[in-house]
Amino acid sequence: MLHTSRRRRLFAGAATIAIGALVLTACASQREDGGDSAEPSDVDSTFVFGASADLSSLDPAFANDGETFRVARQMFEGLVGTEPGTADPAPLLAESWDQSEDGLSYTFQLKEGVTFHDGTDFNAEAVCFNFDRQNNFTGVAQSESLSYYWGKLMRGYADTGTSIYGGCEANGDYEATITLTEPFAGFIPALSLPSFSIQSPTALEEYAADEVGGTSEAPTLSEYAQGHPTGTGPFKFDSWSPGESSTLSAYEDYWGEQGDVQEIIFQVIGDTTARRQALESGSIDGYDLAAPADLGALEEAGFTLVNRDPFNVLYLAMNQAQPSLADIKVRQAIAHAIDKEQLVTQVLPEGTEIASQFMPPSVIGWNDSVTEYEYDPEAATALLAEAGYTDANPLSITFNYPVNVSRPYMPNPEQIYTNLSSQLEAVGIQLTPVSNEWGEYLDLMQGSSDHGIHLLGWTGDYNDPDNFVGTFFGAPSNEWGFDNPELFSTLTTARGLATAEEQEAAYLDANAQIMEFLPGIPLAHPVPTLAFNERVTSYPASPVQDEVYNMVELSE
Amino acid sequence: MLRTIGKRLLLLIPTLIGLSILLFLWVRALPGGPAVALLGERATPEAIEEINRLYGFDRSPLEQYFIWAGRLLSGDFGQSIQTRAPVIEEFLRRFPATFELSVFAIVVAVGVGVPLGYLAARKHGKATDHITVAASLLGITIPVFFLAFILKWVFAVQLGWLPSEGRQDPRIDATHYTGFYVFDGIITGEWDAAWDAFLHLILPGLALASIPLAIIVRITRASVLEVQNSDYVRTGLAKGVSRGTIRQRFILRNALLPVVTTIGLQVGLLISGAVLTETVFAYPGIGSFLARAIFTRDYPVLQGFIIFIAIGYALINLLVDISYSFIDPRVRVS
Repeated sequence: MLHTSRRRRLFAGAATIAIGALVLTACASQREDGGDSAEPSDVDSTFVFGASADLSSLDPAFANDGETFRVARQMFEGLVGTEPGTADPAPLLAESWDQSEDGLSYTFQLKEGVTFHDGTDFNAEAVCFNFDRQNNFTGVAQSESLSYYWGKLMRGYADTGTSIYGGCEANGDYEATITLTEPFAGFIPALSLPSFSIQSPTALEEYAADEVGGTSEAPTLSEYAQGHPTGTGPFKFDSWSPGESSTLSAYEDYWGEQGDVQEIIFQVIGDTTARRQALESGSIDGYDLAAPADLGALEEAGFTLVNRDPFNVLYLAMNQAQPSLADIKVRQAIAHAIDKEQLVTQVLPEGTEIASQFMPPSVIGWNDSVTEYEYDPEAATALLAEAGYTDANPLSITFNYPVNVSRPYMPNPEQIYTNLSSQLEAVGIQLTPVSNEWGEYLDLMQGSSDHGIHLLGWTGDYNDPDNFVGTFFGAPSNEWGFDNPELFSTLTTARGLATAEEQEAAYLDANAQIMEFLPGIPLAHPVPTLAFNERVTSYPASPVQDEVYNMVELSE
Repeated sequence: MLRTIGKRLLLLIPTLIGLSILLFLWVRALPGGPAVALLGERATPEAIEEINRLYGFDRSPLEQYFIWAGRLLSGDFGQSIQTRAPVIEEFLRRFPATFELSVFAIVVAVGVGVPLGYLAARKHGKATDHITVAASLLGITIPVFFLAFILKWVFAVQLGWLPSEGRQDPRIDATHYTGFYVFDGIITGEWDAAWDAFLHLILPGLALASIPLAIIVRITRASVLEVQNSDYVRTGLAKGVSRGTIRQRFILRNALLPVVTTIGLQVGLLISGAVLTETVFAYPGIGSFLARAIFTRDYPVLQGFIIFIAIGYALINLLVDISYSFIDPRVRVS
């Protein structure tokens, strides 16, 4: 159990501090004698992961952030999971499913012999209990900071009258039918989100999971969400020290395979540099979103780097509320002025793909023949001249970018800004740089129209085009500052289509339309990188972070 | 004596009211609100509106202030927006960590600073004095976060001698009763847990101690020098009082007064150092939480924590004043 680096540190620490050196070494060796007997395995089965933030809740139905999902995925399973290494849906607690002809009912055949961590059985009733529960959320529980995904995907709750959830029926122990009132082609992929995990009805009731605080001004977590999460996953909950760490251990009656990892500790280390140093000093086994600038040094020092397939897009938005940017010629000129190849090779992590549209190629409806604006500074200058901007009267715009932040799609905003600004200035565009801290930045981009061109992006939650282009261009917004009813209606229609085939055709069209209209310039799909101690020999990287640690392989 | 304390405590009330108003204005002057920080990239205007309504940020600042102040009087500090837990709970949860770290830092600062300052004064003008003065100057000028970073890089990352972050190795199964990890380890007899928690204090503690240590050295040195050259010491020496007695009864005791004041002030300042140090060492105390609250615009946490810290600061100053009267009976009279 005792990790080698810790052992080293205990001894070294003892040597460092002169006082009581003898007593201390005695302490360290005492622990060594006592600690190893329980675990016969030859690897250190404790896996410590450096989390960038603490959990927000132990109840995945009330969570929507990556760090909470990361932990939830170890303890919980939904009807649908993902195909390893992709964002595509795959059977998990449901072994198979059929869709009715009208596209509104889904019948799931459930896995048998699965138990929750409290020993109760997983069955069709448990499935219906979970879906009904979320649809019946009331008051504070409906708030977007809590049940975000239910509200978003089911478009409401039982008492709001807008929910497209029709009901759930158990047709026996291991078959359940879920009915929707409107077609929703993204339903199956959406079920792979941890928010739709199946939790133990017994535990949910016993620990009053729906009681999320009395008043709307002071929402608080339920007893369940603070210490009794009960799912069917390979790991069960042990403890949570808010702000410090959370610990899970292997669930001995898990229906699937247990791997090398018997205990997982998520240690909260907020600062990116601190996470890197924690890996270097041996106190954690790995962390997510390694900074591109650190990759070379980490690799040289023998750490294992694992790239996730990018499921994101980084773009340069052009706010059409600014009169100059409302001119399509100006937008086209900016597009021709940018050398994406240069951007990708110079400042983005190795493996990053160039983006041609506002979604990654693995998403349904990605169009391989959209209008592309190749790097052509001369064309850019000519277009600018046509729009009335010359050397004597240059185009002058603000360029907003965030500072002190790292996102999967934008690991190093400052460097991206520097690279792009020199390219734009090369064709004679005058830029006024404006940088802001992250929260302030988002506020400015989304809450006001006082910005010109800016950097932003998005990582997808599950394989669904609406999750990309629908959220960007589905309705008028401050971020883009345009009103294009034709595009809005194309996207709204596409979202409501019943089957993936119909959706594909609709999104192929939508993407073509978007790139013709050119509201912004999709730049790249940057590769997010995870860094591990070299004892981690295999890690199941997933584009949507569906990474369950019973698949982690350790060598020592 | 009691009257003085009572008066001081009463004076605390207008101070806190003034502070709460300034604080409230400052927090709301921070650009960007908690809603965007909470909801991220794709927050819809409706969602932002909803969060603002939920926490009452859609009301006028004046209205918000009175609601907040009214609740404050009944002991309700509100809920953290980030963690959704009551602010007071968050504070109490993290207080032991910062307290433990501060005690370590102040023990180092006083334990090393006073003797060193005294030694420098005794060796006035000699090499020891020059080296001490130069080192203390360095201690004051190096930014805390930079020193923290260097200490960590050398002793944790490169040499691997000490832990690089946190309060305790999470692999250790330690029992916690009080939240003071070293103390908990000692009372439960879990020596390895106590030792591990102690090791976790060293680097952040040294970083945090750097400025107070340097200041204490300088003040002690200056104070001892002044007393050393004072008339009564010279008179004492002339009258044949032994050097040992002079040092103990006259010099040290009289020189201590400004030193105690300085220590009191430094204790209050520790918290600002803790914001940086705790962030560098991912040490889960008040400082790192406060730093995160600034980034996420967690208004209730910022307001509540700073009020708690202000009360603590005022109480420490009161303690310092009381301790004067024990060191110097003349203060008691006035």
